[in-house]
Amino acid sequence: MSDETRTTPAAQNLAIEAIGISRSFGGVEALTGAALTASFGEVHALVGENGAGKSTLIKIIGGTVKPDAGSVVIDGEDVTASGPRTARRLGVGTVFQELTLFPWLTVAENLFVGREPRGPARLIQRRKLPQRAAEVLERFEVNGINPRSLAGSLPLAQRQMVEITAAFMREPRILLLDEPTSALAEREVEWLFGLVRRLRDNGACVLFTSHRWGEVGSLADRITVLRNGRHVATERQLTEHEAVTLMTGRTIDRMYPDRPALPEAESEVALSAEGLEGDVLHGVSFELKRGEILGIGGLAGQGQPELFLSLFGARKLTRGQISIGGKRAKLRSPADAIKRGLAIALVPEDRKTEGLMLPMSVKDNLTLAVLDKISQAGVIRRRQELSLVGGVAERLQIKTRNAGLQAVGTLSGGNQQKVLIGRWLLVEPDVLLLFDITRGVDVGTKHDIYELVVNLAAEGKALLYYSSETEEIAQLCHRVLVMREGRVISELSGAEASAEGLVAAALREGDR
Amino acid sequence: MSDMPRGTATLSPFSGWRHSLAQNMSFLLSFVILAGLTLLYIGLFHGQLNAYPGTFEWTSVVNTAVPTVLVAVGQTIVVITRGIDLSVGGVIDVSNALAATHMKDSLASMIGWSLAILALGAVFGAINGILVAYGRLQPILVTLATLAILQGLAIWILPEPGGLIPPSYSNTLASTQGPWSLCFIALVAVAWLVLRRMTIGVRIFAIGNDESAARAHGIPVRRVKVIAFALSGLLAAASGLFLAASTTGGDAAAGDVYILTSIAAVVLGGISFYGGRGSALGSIAGAFVLTILTNVLFFAGINPLYQSFFQGVFLVIAVFLGVILGRLVKAST
Repeated sequence: MSDETRTTPAAQNLAIEAIGISRSFGGVEALTGAALTASFGEVHALVGENGAGKSTLIKIIGGTVKPDAGSVVIDGEDVTASGPRTARRLGVGTVFQELTLFPWLTVAENLFVGREPRGPARLIQRRKLPQRAAEVLERFEVNGINPRSLAGSLPLAQRQMVEITAAFMREPRILLLDEPTSALAEREVEWLFGLVRRLRDNGACVLFTSHRWGEVGSLADRITVLRNGRHVATERQLTEHEAVTLMTGRTIDRMYPDRPALPEAESEVALSAEGLEGDVLHGVSFELKRGEILGIGGLAGQGQPELFLSLFGARKLTRGQISIGGKRAKLRSPADAIKRGLAIALVPEDRKTEGLMLPMSVKDNLTLAVLDKISQAGVIRRRQELSLVGGVAERLQIKTRNAGLQAVGTLSGGNQQKVLIGRWLLVEPDVLLLFDITRGVDVGTKHDIYELVVNLAAEGKALLYYSSETEEIAQLCHRVLVMREGRVISELSGAEASAEGLVAAALREGDR
Repeated sequence: MSDMPRGTATLSPFSGWRHSLAQNMSFLLSFVILAGLTLLYIGLFHGQLNAYPGTFEWTSVVNTAVPTVLVAVGQTIVVITRGIDLSVGGVIDVSNALAATHMKDSLASMIGWSLAILALGAVFGAINGILVAYGRLQPILVTLATLAILQGLAIWILPEPGGLIPPSYSNTLASTQGPWSLCFIALVAVAWLVLRRMTIGVRIFAIGNDESAARAHGIPVRRVKVIAFALSGLLAAASGLFLAASTTGGDAAAGDVYILTSIAAVVLGGISFYGGRGSALGSIAGAFVLTILTNVLFFAGINPLYQSFFQGVFLVIAVFLGVILGRLVKAST
C-alpha cells in the first residue's frame, strides 16, 4: 500500500489516460464508456467480474484492440488509432491472459523476438541466443528452464514465467499484466511481485488484473473497479467485501452456501473405485454415496486430473475396479461412462481447451452430449431441444442474447464454464465429476456455482469435486481424500477438513 | 561455450544434443531416408548393370531434382506461415511457356527474360499473398483459383508443347556434362540459412506459430504473408526457367505435377502443415527423395503404370515412420 510520504499519483505524470472507451464484439458490448487513469510510479489494479471488460480494456491500452469510441492517451501521446507497434515504441510491455509465446520456437528465441543479437550484415546470431537467454533467466532469478527447450513443451507455470521475463527484460515504462498469476504457485507469485515492486520503484506504471483478492490487496497502490463495461470506482483501499459489492452490484453476505446434510449411512453407493492403477495412479480406492460431495485434495498435479479422466473412461487403467450404482463397470471410453450415468466437467489449467466448440452456438454446445436422446431417426426434435436449452440456461443463469445463434467463444469466461457444466446437467447423470470448474471465474459466478453444487447434492446426485482452491474444497465437501504422487494418503472430514488441515495433510509425508 | 565469460550463467551440460535431436527429429529423418534410398538406388543399379552410377546418372538425378527443390523451398516458406500455395504449378507453366516462346539466343535476351520471368513470378505470388492477407481469404482457395488462371494464361501463351530454348541457356543452367546445377541447390540452401537469420525469417516462423501472438509482438502479419507468397512465386518461376532449360523446350502443362510433388517434398522434409516449424533443408532432402524414388522404382523393374501407386505407398510409410520415431524420441527424453 502506498504511504503518505509518496507523492500522490495525481501530482505525477499520467501514464495511461483512457476516457469514454466503448467496444463491442459481434453486438455484445464489452465496454460501455469505461475510463481508467494510471500514473507513473504506481501499481494499479483493475478488478471486476468475468465479462466486466478488464481484458478488453487492457488490450485497448496495449493497442491490440481498437476502441469503437473514446480516447486512449499514453504518456501524453494520443494512441487511440494506433496499434501495438506504437505502444511498444512508447515503452508499453504486456503479459496477456492468453499466452503469447510461440510454442514451436525455443525459450531463447521467444525471449529475443524482435531484439535478437545481431552480427555482421545485421544477421541474427542464432548461436548466441541460448547463452544470452541463460544470462537473462539468471538475472531474473528464473531457475530450471532450459533456454533450448521449445516454449510449448514447458509446463504452464514455466511458460508464464518466460512470458513475464520477456516483458520485464524489455524494461517497460508501462507494464500491462492481465491475470499474470493465474498459473503461478505462491512462490512464483512472490517472485513476480518482487519484480513489479522494483519496476514501480524505478518509476514505471504497472496495471494488472487478478481474481485473487489477496494479491490485489497486497500489491496495488490504487484499485479501479469495472462492472458491465463501466467504470464504477477508483479507490486507494478497499476491503474484499466492499470490492465484491462494487464488482457484482449486489451484496453477497456469505460466499459459501450451507452444505446439504450428510447422506444417511445406508444410502446407496453411487460410485466406487477399488485399487485403481494407471501410469500415474497407485491403488486409489473410495466409495461415493448419493447426496455426497467428496473432495479430492492435495497439491496440484498429484494425479487428480488422471483420477477424474480414468473414472470417466478417458484414460487407461492397468488394474482396478470401478462400480457404478453397485454394478461393475468396464469403461473403455467416455461414451461408456455417459451411458452408465456418469458426467464430467473438467477445466484444464490453461482454460483454453475446455471441451467447448468455441465457434458453435451456445445451444449446440449444450446439447452435444444428449443429441441421441433428443433426436428421432437422426433428426433433432427442435422443440424439445429448445426447451431443454432454455431450462438449463435459466437454471445456470447463462448470460446469452440468443442461445441458438451466439457462438460460445463470444461469451465471457465464466459463462463459458457455465455452458460446460450445463452440457452435463442435461445428461441427467447420477454421478458428476467436477474438476476445477471455478478456475478463473469471478466471485459472482463462483457463488452461483457453489449453490448449484450444493443443490445437486441435495437432489441426491453424487459429486466428486476437485478445485485448485483449497478453501473451496474445505467449505463444500463432506469428506476429502488427499492425494500425493497418485496415492490417497489421507481422508479428512468434519473439523479436520478445514483449509489449514487440508494444506497440512497435503504437505505431510504419506505414511506408506 | 567459448564466448562465455560475460556472465556466470551456464547451460546445463546435457542440454545440447538430446534437445536438438528431439527437436529436429523429422528434419533429420528426411536425410536418413535420403541416404537409405540412395544406397538402395546404387545397389539396384549395380545389380542390374553391374556398374555403379556415374557422372551421367548423377547429373541426370540432380537436373531432375532441381525444379522440385526450388519449388519445394518456396512451398516450405508458405507452409511455415500456415498457408499452402497450389498456384506454384501455374507459375511454372507460365514461366516455362514464356521462356520457350520469347527467349532469343543473345546474352541480353536470356538475362533480360530470366529476370523478367522471375519478377513476374514474384508478382504472381504477391497477388496471392495480398488476396490471402488483405482479402482474408483462405490460402487453399485463393491459390486454387490463381492456379487455374495461370494455367489458362500459359495455354494462351503456348497453345502446344514446343518453342525453343537457346541451347547456350540450356547448357549453362542445366549442363548434362556434370552435376553443376548442384550450385543452384547450394544457393537456395544458403539463402534459406540467411533468411533464418533475418528479421523476416523470424517473423515468418512467428506468424506460423501463433498469428495473434505475432500481432501482439508488433509483427506486421499481413506484410509478412505477402512476402512469403512472393518468395514462393519467385522460386516457382525459377523452377519453371530451369525446367525449360533442362527440357530445351516449353510445355504449358509442365508445371502441373509440381503442385503435388512440392507438397510431398515438404511433408517428407518434416515440415508441419500446422505451421511455425521446419526447415527448407528438409524439403530439399525430400525433393531428392522423390527424384531418386522414381529411379529406384525404375530399376526395381516396376511397371511405370504402377509407379504412382508405389510412390503413394512409400509416402505413407515414410510419414508414418516419422511420427513413430518422433514419439519414441519424445518418450526417451
